[in-house]
Amino acid sequence: MTRLASAFAKPHPALVCFLTAGDGDTAANLDALVEGGADVIELGMPFTDPMADGPAIQAANIRSLGVGTTTADVLAIATAFRQRHPDVPLVLMGYANPMIRRGPDWFAAAAKEAGIDGVICVDIPPEEDDALGPALRAAEIAPIRLATPTTDDKRLPAVIQGSEGFLYYVAVAGITGMQQAAIESIEANVSRIKRSTDIPVAVGFGVRTPEQASEIARVADGVVVGSALVELVAEHGDDAPAKLRTLASSLAEAVRSAR
Amino acid sequence: MTETNPNSYRNQPDERGHFGDFGGRYVAETLMPLVLDLEREYRKAQADPEFQREFDDLLEHYVGRPSPLYFAERLTEALRAGSPEGHGAQVWFKRDELNHTGAHKINNCIGQILLAIRMGKTRIIAETGAGQHGVATATVCARFGLPCVIYMGAEDVRRQSPNVFRMKLLGAEIVPVTSGRGTLKDAMNEGLRDWVANVHDTFYIIGTAAGPHPYPEMVRDFQSIIGKEARAQMLERIGRLPDLAVACIGGGSNALGLFHPFLDDAEVKLLGVEAAGHGLDGNEHAASLLGGFPGVLHGNKTYLLQDEDGQITEGHSISAGLDYPGIGPEHAWLKDSGRVEYTAVTDDEALEAFQLLCRTEGIIPALEPSHAISAVAKRAKEMPRDSIILANLCGRGDKDIFTVAEKLGVDI
Repeated sequence: MTRLASAFAKPHPALVCFLTAGDGDTAANLDALVEGGADVIELGMPFTDPMADGPAIQAANIRSLGVGTTTADVLAIATAFRQRHPDVPLVLMGYANPMIRRGPDWFAAAAKEAGIDGVICVDIPPEEDDALGPALRAAEIAPIRLATPTTDDKRLPAVIQGSEGFLYYVAVAGITGMQQAAIESIEANVSRIKRSTDIPVAVGFGVRTPEQASEIARVADGVVVGSALVELVAEHGDDAPAKLRTLASSLAEAVRSAR
Repeated sequence: MTETNPNSYRNQPDERGHFGDFGGRYVAETLMPLVLDLEREYRKAQADPEFQREFDDLLEHYVGRPSPLYFAERLTEALRAGSPEGHGAQVWFKRDELNHTGAHKINNCIGQILLAIRMGKTRIIAETGAGQHGVATATVCARFGLPCVIYMGAEDVRRQSPNVFRMKLLGAEIVPVTSGRGTLKDAMNEGLRDWVANVHDTFYIIGTAAGPHPYPEMVRDFQSIIGKEARAQMLERIGRLPDLAVACIGGGSNALGLFHPFLDDAEVKLLGVEAAGHGLDGNEHAASLLGGFPGVLHGNKTYLLQDEDGQITEGHSISAGLDYPGIGPEHAWLKDSGRVEYTAVTDDEALEAFQLLCRTEGIIPALEPSHAISAVAKRAKEMPRDSIILANLCGRGDKDIFTVAEKLGVDI
């Protein structure tokens, strides 16, 4: 069983935690999330033009690039994480251009070497799968697709086809870290998706508190939290690990006791 | 329009919106259904004679088309004075700076707002750099009574205050963008963020022939009126096509508008002129084709100014309308296919051409077409006297007089 499959086979929904690579002491911050109870780590690859992200993650991207973070640095962070945490699934999340700059095969091989389990690329929809998907699958890295409130029934099969690891349901039509969707809408959409596939469905965008996480965990296989964590890094700098551990731990408890 | 010639350069893009290796629909999933819907609606509009009639009617009576084709006699003479014996081509201008709002941008805005209305959208958003596309968008929104939000980099808001005030007079809301470095690409990012959050009622009027399919094709089609008119006017006035057609390139919409109707006329050479800023040897330029690499940004695959890690770098040009780090995907394809030649002109050369046109023809051009004029001046001297150059004068220079004054060290 792959690391991702194991994470979603646990008896409780998975807590998926996002941080932008190179923003603060990423190694220490990731360790704190794992200690707090994160089941899956999403590592954001910084990009100059994060079109799908709200102010918190935009700022994290700028901070990371501002201190000179390179693709090699992101891969080194992943490699070191993999050595410290052999069993925790690690997913890269980001935008197409930094991923395909040296060619999709180069990226897939480098990610594999760094111990990456899956890749979420925001701006490669199923229609452009050729740009990265085949290279990832050949390297046995899960291409994790996004489904959204605008993904209607007609389109859903195309999104599911070729998705691996888990499906990321974007709860709001919007950018990261802003408003939360009504739980009724999330529930309806997650059950709609789950009628069409056995792939686990994790829900993100706008999830900030243990209360929200708990609500979502009742209806989904996983809950993704990003902006709230990234804000702690921005606010607390070197003292962020303790804060991250506390928030991850309360999120994990909420997710685990949801059902 | 259906082309049957398999060797035509005018058959692009394919059904997936690809121009060879370029173009496509690299957008977030939230936007994908909308982009597909837009394509369906655009196909329906293309097939609807009423849409075409309304578009043509507005271009004629509101925009002021057809724009004149003008023989620049004194410019031609001035260039001949510095040419080798028997050289110095005739220079003709397509006068798109005479359009309502003073540039070619309005052609596209008319087409897109008619489409938005057909689709039942009730709110318009757009990005702008120098403010020309913003002004054109605000203009059509006022004309059709739709609320309009313009995203503009905070730095550009400061530099282009006359256009900001124009847009406000026209009833638009201006949102200064401070994310990133506060320039055109950041304004486009913010436009995409707005769109993704307001997909139900909002239409995004993209200002150049870039973005996800069908925008590059659609914008090209709306701008192709430039080349269609110019081609017919040439045949009527002098009974033949030009030997060379020239246009400046930022995102590339005025150039595609001029070039596209000539793509299958093998005898017409085509020259696109990028902004070389302080020179192509450094990083201070906006020449995506000559100084960039293929990549993905703002919904399409194309040539981009970027570093070795795929981070997008900022373009520089004296002309705020050219300093976008990307280029329309059809240009990327036309470059690789060899059908269009691309060159670049520096800030100083453009400034010189700007002054040359002012003094020889009594026309104050925008800094964008001043790049094209500079390239025309170079080429005219190398071509025989009986040859013809057609250049697109895509905008007037009123907006640029402050920049030019500053560069010339004049206090106004």
